[in-house]
Amino acid sequence: MTEIRAEMVANVWKVVAAEGDQVADGDTLVILESMKMEIPVLAEGAGTLTSLAVAEGDVVQESDLIAIIE
Amino acid sequence: MPESVLVANRGEIARRIISTARRLGIRAIAVYSEADAGLPFVAEADEAVLLGPAPPASSYLNAPAVLAAARATGARALHPGYGFLAENAAFATAVIDAGLTWVGPPPAAIEQMGDKINARNLMERAGVPVAAGSREPLTDAGAAVAEAASIGYPVMIKAAAGGGGIGMSVAADETQLRAGFETARSRAERFFGNAAILLERYIPRARHVEVQILGLADGRVIALGERDCSVQRRHQKVAEETPSPGVTPQLRARMLAAAVRAGEAVGYRGAGTVECLVDTAAGDFVFLEMNTRLQVEHPVTEMVTGIDLVEQQFLIADGGLVSFEPMSVSPKGHALELRVYAEDPSRFLPRPGTITGWHEPSGPHVRVDAGYAAGNTVTPYYDPLLAKLCVYGPDRAQALERARAAVAQFQITGVKTNLPFHAELLASQEFGSGRYDTSIVARLRP
Repeated sequence: MTEIRAEMVANVWKVVAAEGDQVADGDTLVILESMKMEIPVLAEGAGTLTSLAVAEGDVVQESDLIAIIE
Repeated sequence: MPESVLVANRGEIARRIISTARRLGIRAIAVYSEADAGLPFVAEADEAVLLGPAPPASSYLNAPAVLAAARATGARALHPGYGFLAENAAFATAVIDAGLTWVGPPPAAIEQMGDKINARNLMERAGVPVAAGSREPLTDAGAAVAEAASIGYPVMIKAAAGGGGIGMSVAADETQLRAGFETARSRAERFFGNAAILLERYIPRARHVEVQILGLADGRVIALGERDCSVQRRHQKVAEETPSPGVTPQLRARMLAAAVRAGEAVGYRGAGTVECLVDTAAGDFVFLEMNTRLQVEHPVTEMVTGIDLVEQQFLIADGGLVSFEPMSVSPKGHALELRVYAEDPSRFLPRPGTITGWHEPSGPHVRVDAGYAAGNTVTPYYDPLLAKLCVYGPDRAQALERARAAVAQFQITGVKTNLPFHAELLASQEFGSGRYDTSIVARLRP
């Protein structure tokens, strides 16, 4: 199981993947926006996206959970 | 001089404008978002008005709220700073229609230069060199592919209404062009509300050099020297210097003359910047775009000329004479600006957070334009600029030496900053030699 967490305070601009998706290493899951920059959050390893903890418009804090891949 | 001015901006530039306004006896009125209530610019203004919640659309881009704040405080003039509403011709018109003095160029000049395709066409007619590129907006990838074939690869993809490097990319072939075109279109639509794209011939190993102009109240346009802005990451400037170490006196004379023609072509008034690309291999230049406002890196020009550009903006907006003899400006010495961003110094990713400690360098040759102080929180809503560290020296070697010392003295704790990157830049052989181009950051971060 891999937990993917936010690297920084940011707004969730776009949720690209959905729970239940099969993802490959490096796939874009979510796009965050902070300080006028888009920051893609990528899958770290292949598997099933069992949990997606954010929705578009959310604000995430550093180290908040974004997704779980199993 | 106006009796009072509303400063429609935030952070370091609001503070810098307020400082000159107060020195000149102009009552300074700040506007701010809920997220910025604790920043120094709010405390240093004579009066401050809350605009609304943090997101720019609810605060600094909320034109009706800004105009209401001007009415409520009886402001006689409005200074837009840079970014936000500064290059919005409709807003400038609304300010003038409300009976205020707009501290900026005529709205028609903003409009003519705001569309990069229109600006290119206009400049070409005015005899200012432009790169091979689009004469009409591109809206589909097929048309872009045909256009690129006639321009020749590599091409630069840009948003016609764009700025700040957003959506820009270089395409070396058709596959890259199709991918870059779609990205640019979606970002242009989202950030600028206009999906029109242009292509331009990409010049490898170019320097980004811009000319500061001032359109005087009597209609004359003068040039106050150039700034080299080639140190960039993600097509955004990180460090600037004047004079440019890559521009010969002959090339400088041609660039300054072209910048004056550019300003004259649009009836420019006030402070503006004509951005050019210098082809270092050919020793030639092309027009890139004109920024119809005060530029972020204006302090380096102030340091070598001794001219307060914000003061001149106020004087010109009021129809008056500038504070110096316009035809006898001769810059002296060398100045550098290092942009201190809240970002990690290796990958340059934004790092909002709370500043726990702030100790800035000082001294007769050091100027720090800071937007924050210890205890302030850097939020994710705005760009990551914390401060501009500017240093002067009688020549480039001494300016570099002082910059190294100033960077070492600048201590910010609580948030990550790019200060370690600046230390590396100043220590690098490439920057030290002066023979660098817009790819220098990519070479320092392979």
